[in-house]
Amino acid sequence: MEELPHPYEKFLRKDRIPHIWCEGCGNGIILNCFAKALDELNIDMNKVVAVSGIGCIGRVSGYTNTDSFHTTHGRPIAFATGVKLANPELKVVVISGDGDLFAIGGNHFIHAARRNLDIQVICANNFIYGMTGGQYGPTTPLEAWTPTTPYGNIEQAFNLVHLAAACGAVYVARWTTLHTRWLTESIKKALQKEGFSFIEVVSQCPEIFGRYNKMETGLKMMQWFKEASVVQHFSDPAKAEITPNRIVVGEFIDIEKPSYGRLLREMATRVSEKK
Amino acid sequence: MTTTSVSVKKARVVRSGRRFMSGDIACAEGALAVGCRFFAGYPITPATEIAEHMARRLPEVGGVYIQMEDEIASMAAVIGASYAGVKAMTATSGPGFSLMMENIGLAVMTETPSVIVNVMRGGPSTGQPTMPGQQDVMQTRWGSHGDYEIIALAPSSVQEMFNLTVEAFNLAETYRVPVFVLADEIVGHMWERVDIPDEDSIKIVNRKKPTVPPDNEFAPFKPDEDLVPPMAVFGEGYRFHATGLTHDERGYPRTESAEAQTRLVQRLCDKIRKNKERIIRVENTMLEDAEVVVVAYGIAARAALSAVRKARTMGIKAGLLRLVTLWPFPEEQVAHMARRVNAIVVPEMNCGQIVREVERAAKETPVVFLPKLGEEPHKPDEILEAVRRMQK
Amino acid sequence: MSLMPVRTWRRPLDADKAKPPMGEVHLIKDRCKGCGFCIEFCPKKVLEESNELNARGVHPPRVKNENTCVLCDFCSAVCPDFAIFTTEKDCKEGC
Repeated sequence: MEELPHPYEKFLRKDRIPHIWCEGCGNGIILNCFAKALDELNIDMNKVVAVSGIGCIGRVSGYTNTDSFHTTHGRPIAFATGVKLANPELKVVVISGDGDLFAIGGNHFIHAARRNLDIQVICANNFIYGMTGGQYGPTTPLEAWTPTTPYGNIEQAFNLVHLAAACGAVYVARWTTLHTRWLTESIKKALQKEGFSFIEVVSQCPEIFGRYNKMETGLKMMQWFKEASVVQHFSDPAKAEITPNRIVVGEFIDIEKPSYGRLLREMATRVSEKK
Repeated sequence: MTTTSVSVKKARVVRSGRRFMSGDIACAEGALAVGCRFFAGYPITPATEIAEHMARRLPEVGGVYIQMEDEIASMAAVIGASYAGVKAMTATSGPGFSLMMENIGLAVMTETPSVIVNVMRGGPSTGQPTMPGQQDVMQTRWGSHGDYEIIALAPSSVQEMFNLTVEAFNLAETYRVPVFVLADEIVGHMWERVDIPDEDSIKIVNRKKPTVPPDNEFAPFKPDEDLVPPMAVFGEGYRFHATGLTHDERGYPRTESAEAQTRLVQRLCDKIRKNKERIIRVENTMLEDAEVVVVAYGIAARAALSAVRKARTMGIKAGLLRLVTLWPFPEEQVAHMARRVNAIVVPEMNCGQIVREVERAAKETPVVFLPKLGEEPHKPDEILEAVRRMQK
Repeated sequence: MSLMPVRTWRRPLDADKAKPPMGEVHLIKDRCKGCGFCIEFCPKKVLEESNELNARGVHPPRVKNENTCVLCDFCSAVCPDFAIFTTEKDCKEGC
């Protein structure tokens, strides 16, 4: 029965599949959930722009059958700002990694969230810099071993949902790659919601992070997600921890606030009426 | 395109007529006149006035002004807006220029039409924010990593701030490349008369659009004969991919192929090099029988012109070759002139940048370099003195 | 006094007529990278690792229990490689 094509072929660039991600990598699941969300919403695919930064997840924009752009490290959100403001009819989605969005790109994240720019940001948080071999990043847990923390990580990790909420994002959620349906629903919600939406996806990198931390296979990492995750909708994002025993997931913020684009249009109307 | 999706009862876009304004403002007006509708920037002396003027004017004409959190984000946003189909620019000075370098490389690699104005000041580092300089000329050419070519124009007057900004956008759209307007603090802040033409008489060039409808075979980086690919923009159904990685004509990453690297990088360079004749502009004054020629650009060219004129009244056969295009460097024009003169004088407000290119092109002809650093540009008499010395 | 939650004794009136859907599993074998998520997380244990090798040198899954798939589609959703999906079996005449 192999003749039937996969139902999401139309969301993928046929000449680029299979993708380069490792066996068991969470990135493929994120792409899958994104495709499913687009499918269920029946969005005009000609108006979707997928923007990604540098990293393994950064390759995702080369796989989506949409207009897409692969920026320099840390800059997809700044690039997306230009796209969205120049053509507000486009649906601009940033899919990038924890290092790209929160280390080098941290400044752009906090300002786009503050402005409540109408874009959706999906962060594949695999706790390390995968593409370059697993060095630590702003979400690497304390004490973890990585090639650049060979004596154990002594830096505290960011709590990304707390950060996003504090910066003013109107929709904040965290799921793991095991929570495929929740994740798809959150992506759908974010795509339909005006303003800055942020979805953190706790994602497995079994090849590198897993191997360094006694979870060498995708299955072992998914086991961690399964056993440790607990859904706590609208709990305090500041307390939404990620530890070996507990991964707090759920929707944390879902509020209404006028987006930057809306305020810009209102301002333009005021200006034009004065002249 | 009305980027704010509001039908704006537009203020007059082109403020035609005889006007009196500063260089920075003339630059902004030039951008608006040629169709720029997106500005992303960050305040920095002495370019802040460009941002402030754009902040006021862009909403009037249905455009977008956004003050980004830093210059890195500004350049990224400019690329984003350009890829969404809107002519976009930013304006900065030395420190911001340095920050923009990585994304300038991205603009080159993704062949993004864009204009970057650098109102040069004293450097390096924080330097002297309120003083002129011409210290960023080489950085404009070589500032980002990797091998590439760009276009840079050097205005010498407030009128040229208007005219050359218009030309910068047209060149950017023609060659799908970032184009630089290299002003300096004096040209940016001084006030002079500007004649702004009627809207109809301003030449506007728009990027080539794809001639094929969207389909699976569309190759966003397949060049035409002129080595420039027609540009698809987001939202038109082309669903193309663009990346800063070395890529093939489909836009897909080709990080493993030496052939792909050669093809792409060579074409990005050839795109400018092979079209040099159409790009380069110089202004010759009294060159026909000149024996000593001053080669200058920007603010230094003003004093140079005075010096050359004064020299002529003293019977010295002096001439001025003013570089309007700094990059690609007018090598042939300088070489051609050098063969016919006895000496060349190059005044620059730096420790020696364009003079190296002049020396290279001038070959055996002696070249004298006149540096000037700090608040005062060259005095005409300083240049005249050098011209007299070299006239033998 | 009984403190049992309501749902343990209330049964839908048409419970006998309701039937879960039946699904058919489709595999795009050569895309499979052998992560094992579909096999592990299928709630009905429909799949197991096969003995054959695909073009990538891994053992793709195979359907172990033909008629137990209830079209939950979790295998589809959790597959990182677009290598597996389900369609509904038309079961009017029984499957």
